[in-house]
Amino acid sequence: MMKDMMSGFELYQPADVDDALQLIERYGRRGWKLAGGYDSLDWFKNRGKGPDAVIDLEGLDALKGVRETADGVEIGALTTLTEVERSPLLRDRYGLLADAARRVASPQIRNAGTLGGNVCQDTRCWYYRYGVNCYRAGGNTCYAAAPDAMNREHALFGASRCVAVTPSDTAPALVALDAEMVVRNTSGEHVIPAEEFFMSPSVDIQRMTVLDPGDLLTSIRLPASWANADFYFEKVADRNSWDFALVSVAAAFKTSGGQIDEASVVCGAVQCIPRRLREVEAMLLGRTRDEETASLAGAEAIRDADPLDYNHFKIPLMENLVKRAVRSEAAVSG
Amino acid sequence: MADLLGKDYAPPDVYGKVTGRAKYAEDFRMDGMLFCRLLKSPMPHCRVRGVDASAALAMEGVVAILRADEVPEQAGPANNILTDEPHFVGEPILAVAAVTETIAQNAIEAIVLDLEPLPFCVDPLESLRPDGPNARTDGNTVSSGEVQEHKWTEADFEAAGEGQLPMGEPGAEWSYGDIDAGFAEASIILDETFVTAGTSHHSMEPRTAMAYWENGKCYLHASTQSQSFVHPGIAAYIGIEPENLVYIAEYCGGGFGSKGGPYPLLSIPAHMSRKVQRPVLMRISRAEEYFLGSARPGFQGRIKMGFRDDGRITAVDVYIVQENGPNQGGGDMGAAASAISIVYTPLNMRYRGMSVLTNTPPRGAQRGPGQNQIATAVEPLIDKAAKQLGLDQVAIRHINAPTHDSLYGGNRGPITSAYMREALEQGAERFGWEERRARSGQREGSKVRGVGVGQAFHSAGSSGFDGLLVITPEGKLNIHSGVGNLGTYSYATTSRVAAEVLKCRWENCEIVRGDSSRGLPWTLGQFGSNTSFTMTRTNFAAANDAVRKLKEIAARRLGGSATDYDIGNETVFARGNPSRRLTYAQAAQAAIEMGGAYSGHEPPEDINALTRRAVEVVAGTGLVGVARDNLERNGMVPALAAGFVEIELDLETGRIEILDYLGVADCGTVLHPQGLATQIKGGGVMGFGMAVSERHVYDRHWGLPAAVGFYQAKPPSYLDVPSEMDWHAVDQPDPGNPVGSKGIGEPVMGCSGAALLCAISDALGGHYFNRTPVMADMIINVASERSQSHGPLQVNTQ
Repeated sequence: MMKDMMSGFELYQPADVDDALQLIERYGRRGWKLAGGYDSLDWFKNRGKGPDAVIDLEGLDALKGVRETADGVEIGALTTLTEVERSPLLRDRYGLLADAARRVASPQIRNAGTLGGNVCQDTRCWYYRYGVNCYRAGGNTCYAAAPDAMNREHALFGASRCVAVTPSDTAPALVALDAEMVVRNTSGEHVIPAEEFFMSPSVDIQRMTVLDPGDLLTSIRLPASWANADFYFEKVADRNSWDFALVSVAAAFKTSGGQIDEASVVCGAVQCIPRRLREVEAMLLGRTRDEETASLAGAEAIRDADPLDYNHFKIPLMENLVKRAVRSEAAVSG
Repeated sequence: MADLLGKDYAPPDVYGKVTGRAKYAEDFRMDGMLFCRLLKSPMPHCRVRGVDASAALAMEGVVAILRADEVPEQAGPANNILTDEPHFVGEPILAVAAVTETIAQNAIEAIVLDLEPLPFCVDPLESLRPDGPNARTDGNTVSSGEVQEHKWTEADFEAAGEGQLPMGEPGAEWSYGDIDAGFAEASIILDETFVTAGTSHHSMEPRTAMAYWENGKCYLHASTQSQSFVHPGIAAYIGIEPENLVYIAEYCGGGFGSKGGPYPLLSIPAHMSRKVQRPVLMRISRAEEYFLGSARPGFQGRIKMGFRDDGRITAVDVYIVQENGPNQGGGDMGAAASAISIVYTPLNMRYRGMSVLTNTPPRGAQRGPGQNQIATAVEPLIDKAAKQLGLDQVAIRHINAPTHDSLYGGNRGPITSAYMREALEQGAERFGWEERRARSGQREGSKVRGVGVGQAFHSAGSSGFDGLLVITPEGKLNIHSGVGNLGTYSYATTSRVAAEVLKCRWENCEIVRGDSSRGLPWTLGQFGSNTSFTMTRTNFAAANDAVRKLKEIAARRLGGSATDYDIGNETVFARGNPSRRLTYAQAAQAAIEMGGAYSGHEPPEDINALTRRAVEVVAGTGLVGVARDNLERNGMVPALAAGFVEIELDLETGRIEILDYLGVADCGTVLHPQGLATQIKGGGVMGFGMAVSERHVYDRHWGLPAAVGFYQAKPPSYLDVPSEMDWHAVDQPDPGNPVGSKGIGEPVMGCSGAALLCAISDALGGHYFNRTPVMADMIINVASERSQSHGPLQVNTQ
């Protein structure tokens, strides 16, 4: 943290996806994929990560932009968050993602930060970022869950040696939309449901996603099934700009005759992965979006929450956000 | 023609700033320049037992290492230059110079340190316990500038009620009146424990410095608020006489108090440059600032206040435990108590304080040091009393507000003027207080309205410094300013007084500043809200000296006596016969020819040695006006401010939206409306940050800081405050200043923070947090009837 001076590294700036994949494979764990750079450069400056080679993806124009497909839309992983926020196609059909993108960091950061980078970024647990040798950094303790630890921003659910949370604002929206993550490596392409893309510490404590070192997230597909549903996104943070969520909620609803036919509700910043609230979704089916349903959903959402010393406020906050998502007819952005 | 005061203008350095041409310390480069990086302590308190730098020194491009024993040792508790016993995480142990910064940092990575961990402390109360840790090996408190050891007894701690501040033997105290009699007279008494956070300074420009040596002189480019005031201290850090230092600080990217005086860090490149005989640049990064920059002292306090039925405060008994960092720190606690004495004019008062050392960043003055912490702590409690007494929040402040004959501090000294009542009256009228107060508590869904009014104070003026100017043979007026360029433009605005007195066109003036080799007078630093008062006086004095000399020169050259002459249109002319005149250019030429005092060859006796050297620089270049400010000053100069705020608070999310803000200043006569507006609004934003978002968090087990980046420490952004904010000034002249001016920079922060906290408590129906900052989690906990995660006296948690 105090070093704040980058080490030297080889810089590659491929203009072609296949070339990039070759480089990524060649360097493996010694390589680093650089998109907007807002996560990467912090790590480099603090010398917390010191790759031999940085593969700058900026020149891969094929991975930029929002395209309509036969079954929804496909967003290049290098599309900037500003473009996601402003895309008429996304605003029209998938306002949930556009709203989530609009609440990422600051306007300046969104101009350079990418959708792929936003979902792949590392956790913001301050101990881990500070550079202590915690489990996630390869050590054998969790500083954030220790007695006296300052853990106001940490997890309510899913702690497993690590209590860090997902920092991404767009990830809960993508999970709520049942997005598909398109991943390529030199062997080919595979598609991973967004819900399975994020890595729980109980599986691999040193990774935030399932991506292997040779993998590149190339695009994200949003299925037509959720287009033009009723959406709700809200992020609560200490500041309106350049801040990570204390809790966020992304929800999508389809209703007919006043009743909920389908619901998708996901919370951010309460667990290491976007927390999909399957039980809440199940209990919502067939109900109307009223105060009573909202209260039931809120109560269900926080069941089994296990707070740390300084984050029990997240329990009522999460409950309130889920209630707001359920009772609101209009998309409201925080 | 003149008539410059009270009008907007474009200060000359604005163009450089907006075009990017302004050169800050980091922008200078020299041939053969090396880069220097610091090896900083990873521990909150340790002893360096050994340093193995062999691998580092063997690296290509590494030139030298500078250790603590090669720089002047600073007697504790002063801040160190380098040290082998670091007292905080990030304290510089040694410096490495190399041909690039990357190599310098690589070398630092290759240095093997043998460190002995020592006891440390990040909570003052813990240190005051009988068996508590000491932040320094020689003690745990600072009293009268000396490190001492103070421990309170178990009985002291037990005597305090649950969650209340224990009050053992104090390190400082004063009182006036009879507080027991005062409390006996009170209808209600509040006894409240509070905590205020010690926030980082957040100056945008880090404390970078570049130095080189030429002909035995050290040339130093650095970032300071002040110019001449820091000069002797910097020379001492470097170990040279002031005349051997050329100090260049044309621009300062913010200081907020942290760069008001000299600080030891900026001497490191000078020492390294002397060692390696090459120019050396030491860039400090934004992240490093959070470690080795500085922070405001935090308070753990307790205040007992007695109120009469009409709201008048009969007695105050305040005890402040100050978290002072590991070193000399600040005098905030005493300043806070003095602020209480003047903002609320309690009839009887006692102050006690204890400044406790902690192994956290060095503390120092931050905008409203003491005054603003106490404003955020006490103002909500004034509302609590008002609620109990059924009084309006403005009315209870009005009845306690100072008037011109109020007395200040424990010494009960006089003040020059006070228009707080007018500020409250005019502010309430302009803000529509009555109407907004009627909306208070209104619900719309989960959102509830709240209003708040806040007050703050800072002493805002000094005297006895020097002014210097030169009328050149070209007829130009060069106004030499030694005050510094913090960014408020007051260096320029106060210079306009000289132009006004000499009836010069502003376009015909140049402000000479930013480089000590150009001849800059001794003036007070640019801090403490004092520039507008202090430097209008020095420029007034120097300009009057020039007017006197102009008239004398005219009399000598054109006949008659000096009293026959007057000035106008940049000429000195005979009153009865305006054609008998000298232009300023002619008079300047005459001054050079006449020599002596006129040309600066015989400066007055009573000026400072630094001004004397400045006069030597300009002597013989024109008509030299130079004088010490010997004008009368009868009392402390109070800057007072009131803030009014309306908010909407979301009970489900804890989020606050500031709907409107009005800041009102009592700063004497307004000199520069645009500059004042910027101070009121900018200070307002900083106050909002202090109240609800800026964090100072430590892991007490490891002594590690959590808030070490803008995104973690959370000063407010543009998107957190209203895009339009209103301002107003009482605009009544202060009798202690020749142009009626007094300063204002600091209280305009405290009043906004206090007003916002009052509005939050108002929206929550009278819940008082007794703590800053009030973050979203705390509001959510109150709204959902949960307990707070932190204890009432816990520090460094938010």
